[in-house]
Amino acid sequence: MSDGVPRGLQVKRARGLSRTVRYQNRRRLLMMAEGSKADSRADRGGMAGNFDLNQPLVGAGLESPADEEGVHVSFSQLIAEQCQDGEDLDGFELQQLDEESRDYVTELGSGFEYSGRGLNDMEMDSDGRQTDPLVSVPWSSATMKILSSMPSRTIGRSRGAILSQYYNKTLQLRRRSQSRPSIRDFSRSSRPSIRGYGMEVDVTDGPESEIKKRERLVNNLQNLSVGDRMKMLRGMPLSVAEKKNLRRLTLQKDKSPTSSSKIPCCSQLKYYIIIAVRHSWYSWLSFLHSLQLWQFLLKRVGGRFGTGVLSYFLFLKTLLFFNIFLFLVTFLFLVLPQAMHPPELPEGGRDFTGLELISGAGLFTDTLMYYGYYSNFTLQRSCAGEHNRSASSDPDCLSKRFSYNMSLAYFFTIGMSFFITCIILVYSMSKSFGRSFRIDKSYSILAMKVFSSWDFKVIKQTSVELMSENNCTQLKELLAEVVQKKEKNSPCQALWRLMVHGLAWAICIGATAGCVISVYFFSEYMHKDLQRTSRQANANPLLKEASLLALPALVSLLNLLLPGLFNLAAWMEEYHSPSVRTYVALGRNLMLKVSVLAVLCYHWLGRVAAKPNDINLVCWETFVGQELYRFLIMDFIFTLLNALFGELLWRLFSQRVLRRGRKPAFDIARNVLDLIYAQTLAWIGVLFSPLLPAVQIFKLLLLFYVKVSSVMMNCQAPRRPYRVSQMTTIFITLLCFPSFLGASVCVTYTMWSIPPSTSCGPFRNLGTMFQAGKRWVQELEKNNPDLSVVARVHAYLVENPFFLFVGAGIFLIVIYFYSQVVDGQRKVIALLQEHIEKEGVDKKYLITQLQSVHERKKRIPRRLRSQDSGC
Amino acid sequence: MGNKQTTFTEEQLEAYQDCTYFTRKEILRLHGRFRELAPHLVPLDYTNNPDIRVPLSLIVTMPELKENPFRERIVETFSEDGQGNLSFNDFVDMFSALCEASPRELKTIYAFKIYDFNRDSFICKEDLEKTLNRLTKGELTAEEVALVCDKAIEEADLDGDSKLSFADFENMISKAPDFLSNFHIRI
Repeated sequence: MSDGVPRGLQVKRARGLSRTVRYQNRRRLLMMAEGSKADSRADRGGMAGNFDLNQPLVGAGLESPADEEGVHVSFSQLIAEQCQDGEDLDGFELQQLDEESRDYVTELGSGFEYSGRGLNDMEMDSDGRQTDPLVSVPWSSATMKILSSMPSRTIGRSRGAILSQYYNKTLQLRRRSQSRPSIRDFSRSSRPSIRGYGMEVDVTDGPESEIKKRERLVNNLQNLSVGDRMKMLRGMPLSVAEKKNLRRLTLQKDKSPTSSSKIPCCSQLKYYIIIAVRHSWYSWLSFLHSLQLWQFLLKRVGGRFGTGVLSYFLFLKTLLFFNIFLFLVTFLFLVLPQAMHPPELPEGGRDFTGLELISGAGLFTDTLMYYGYYSNFTLQRSCAGEHNRSASSDPDCLSKRFSYNMSLAYFFTIGMSFFITCIILVYSMSKSFGRSFRIDKSYSILAMKVFSSWDFKVIKQTSVELMSENNCTQLKELLAEVVQKKEKNSPCQALWRLMVHGLAWAICIGATAGCVISVYFFSEYMHKDLQRTSRQANANPLLKEASLLALPALVSLLNLLLPGLFNLAAWMEEYHSPSVRTYVALGRNLMLKVSVLAVLCYHWLGRVAAKPNDINLVCWETFVGQELYRFLIMDFIFTLLNALFGELLWRLFSQRVLRRGRKPAFDIARNVLDLIYAQTLAWIGVLFSPLLPAVQIFKLLLLFYVKVSSVMMNCQAPRRPYRVSQMTTIFITLLCFPSFLGASVCVTYTMWSIPPSTSCGPFRNLGTMFQAGKRWVQELEKNNPDLSVVARVHAYLVENPFFLFVGAGIFLIVIYFYSQVVDGQRKVIALLQEHIEKEGVDKKYLITQLQSVHERKKRIPRRLRSQDSGC
Repeated sequence: MGNKQTTFTEEQLEAYQDCTYFTRKEILRLHGRFRELAPHLVPLDYTNNPDIRVPLSLIVTMPELKENPFRERIVETFSEDGQGNLSFNDFVDMFSALCEASPRELKTIYAFKIYDFNRDSFICKEDLEKTLNRLTKGELTAEEVALVCDKAIEEADLDGDSKLSFADFENMISKAPDFLSNFHIRI
C-alpha cells in the first residue's frame, strides 16, 4: 500500500482512459488555466479579493453537459473559501499568486499524469497520513475535509450521510407523488453526478446536524403514505434500533395533533379503522406466508445443492400454482354445476378393474373427468326437476336468474382460463427478463465472479467445499481467458471441430427424425388396430384398454432415452463454454419434445377427431381426453422409474463398480424440460378433460417429494457453473412460447374448426364449439332487442378476423417500441459511463488544484519572510 | 395462548414488521433461534427491550452461517459495536437484509460492507485478496490471486483510483444477475 511509485505507474497503465479523453482533458486544463490567467489579469485592476474560477470553468465546460457546471462552481467556491479564510489574505499576496499562476499553467499542462498519481497516493491514506516521499507537503486539512465529504466516500458510511441521503429520497418520492416527474427532473436524478446525491452531505458531521437531519427525515416520512413509509423504512441501511426510533418519532408526530386537539369523533373512528385494517392486513400477510409450500424442504435442498438445483424445484412450484389456478376455475365453473345436476346415464354397470387408474378409460369414461359427461342444457335451479329440458321451451322456468348455460360456461371458462394464464405467464416472463438480462453489457466479468458467485444459501460442508473448488477452477479459466486472449485455432483444427459438431447434430437430428417417424407410424398402426378391434364385437375390453397404453409408453420411453443420446453427443463434442453446452442440450431436447408433440396433436386432431366413426367412437373428445390422461400418467410413471432405476442404480453403479468417489450430477435442464412437456399435455387436455389439472396437481405433488428424496440420496451439486436467473428466464420463456402457445393453438383450432361430437358433450348440435357464444348472442338479441349492440360488437370483434390482425399488429408495434426504448437506454448508459469516466478525471484535476492553491499559500508566507529578511 | 408468556408486545411486533421484511411469525421464530444460541443469556421476555448481546463466537455456530467463509464479516457488519456482538435487533437486521424480499439496493450496501474487510469504505486490493482466499479456500497461488485482483479492480473501477468505491461496486453488482439470488440466506 505504501509504495507510491509502482502504484502510480500501474495506475497509468490500468486507468483505461482512451487517448482522446486524456487529450481532451489536457486541452480543457490548458483552457481553464488560461482563463484563470485572463481573469486574474482583469482582477488585478479592481482587486476584488476573490479568487474566482467560475467563468473559465463555464467556458471550458462546453463539451461537458450543463449539469457539471454546478459541480465545478461548487468546487471553485470551496477553493475560493479556502483562499479567503485560511490565513489573512491581502492584495499583495493575491498579486503574488497571479504571477505564480503562469508557471502553474506549464506545470499543469505538462504534468497531468503526475497530478493523477499524486491524487492516488493521497487517496490511499484517507486518514491524513502522507507516506509518499515525492510529495513532501502533506495534504491540507481542507483538502482532506472536502475529500472525506465526497459522495463516494460518504454513501452508506456515516449515519448522518445515510439520513440525509434518505431525506433526499423521501423528498423525491413526495415530489413524484405530487406531480409526474418532468423529463428534466428525471435526467437529473438518474445522473451519476455528485448532484444526484445532493450537496446536502455536510462537511461537518456534528451531532447537531445529525439531529437536524433526523428531524427533517422524520418530517418527510410523516408526509409519505403508509405503504411508502414502510418501504422506505425497510430499505434503509440502518440498524433496526435506529429504524424503530425513526418509526416511533414518525408515529408520535402522527398521533400528537390528533391527541392534543379536540378531535371529532369520526376522525377518531377513522383512526381506529385504519389500525384495525392494518392489523388484519398483517395477519393476512402472515397467513399467506404460512401457506408457502415446502419452506423447510426447499431450504434443505438449497442449502445442499445451491441455487441451481433449487431453481428446478421452484419451477415445479410455479407449475403447481398454475395448475391450482386452472383447477379452481374449472372446478368452480364446470365441475361443480355439473355435479349438482348429474345427467341420466345409460346403465352400463362397468366394474372397477384397476386399469382405469392408468388408462383413464373404463369406469372413468362417463364421469366428470371427461368432456362427454357434460350436458348442453341450461341448468336451472329454480326448476330442478326439469333441468334436463331446455329452458326456453318451458314457460315455468323463464326466470333466467338461476339459469346456467353449460355450453357457454364451458366455452368461456376454457377461454378465460387460457387468457388469464397467458397474462400471468407474460407478466412473470417480463419480470424475469427484467431481473436477469441487464440492459447494458457487462465488462467486469471477473469482478462480478468474485463478488457475486458465493451462494450464501449453501450450508452443507461438502457442498461448500465443492463450491469453493468450482470457484477456483472458474476463476482460473476466466483468468486464462483474460490473460492470453483468444488463441487462434489452426484451420485444420477448426475443420475438425466443425466436422465433429456436424456429426453430433446429424446424429441428434437423425435420432429425432427417427423418433418422430416411429411415433407417426406406430400411432397409425395402433389406430388401424383399434379400427379392427372395434369392429369385432367379442373383443376383450381389458385387452383393448391395455393396447391403448402402448403409444404413451413408447413416447415416454423415447423421451427417457433420447436425452441420454444427446448427452453422449455433447460429450463427444467437448464444448468449452458451459453455457453453450447447456443451450445446445436445451435446443436438442426441445426439438425432440416439440416434434413428438406435434405428431401426437396431428394424431388426435387429424386422425381421431376427423373420423371418429372409424374406430366406433361415440365421443371423440372423451377419447382424446383419455389419451392425454394416459400420456400424463405414463410420463409420471417413467419419471418415477427414472428416479428409482436411473438415478439410484446409476449412483450405485458408478460408486460401487466404477469406484468413482462422487455421485452423478442432477441434470437441471432436462428435468425442467420434462416438466414443461407434461404441462403442455395438461394444457391441451383441459378442454377435453376439465379435471386433468387435478391429476397434474397430484402428479406434481408426488413428483416433488420423489425428486427431493432422489436428489438428496443420489445426486450432488452440478459441477458446471449454472447461471440461475438467466436459465430461469429461459425456462419461463420456453413455458410461454412453444408450450403454452402450442397448447392454445391446439385448443383454439379445436374450438374453431373441428365439429364436436353430435351425441355427447356440451357442444352437441353445434357446428363448432365456437358457435356456442354466437348462438347465445343471437338468442340474447332475440329476447331483448335493446342488446343488439352486443350482438353487433360480438359479430365484429370476435367473428371478424380483421380485428385479430389489428390486435396482433398493435402488439407487434408495442414490442417494437419497447425494443427501441431499450436500445435508447443502452446508448444513454454508454454515454453516462463515459460521463462518469470524465467526471472522475475532473475530480482529480479539481482536487489537485485545490491542493496546489494550498501549497502556494504555504509558500507565500515563507517567501515573504525571506523578502523581509533580505530587506 | 393464555398461560403462554409473551415475548413481544403487539406494538413491538408491529414495529419489527414495519422495519424489517419479516412477518410476526418469523420474528418470533427468529427470537427462538436467537435464544437457542445462548439460552442462559437471552430471556424469553423481550417486552422491556433488554440490552443483551450474544458474542460472535456463538452466532457463527448457527448452521446457516457455520460453513460460510464470510461468517465473521457478516456478523461484524451487522453488529452495532463492530466487534461482532449481536443484540436481537442486530440479529433481526442481519437476516432481514439477507432475506429474499430485501431489495437490491440494501443488499448491495451490506455486501459492500461485508467485503470491505478493513472498513475504510473502499474495497482495495487487500480486501479483494481476502475475499478471494475465502472464496477458493486459498487454493489459488499468490500470483494468481494478485492477477485476479488487478484484473477485477481494473474492470470494475470507474474513476481510476485503483480501488472500488461504493459507486463502483454498485455499478458492477447491478450487472451481476445472480447476485440477488446468491446473496440470500434462508432462515
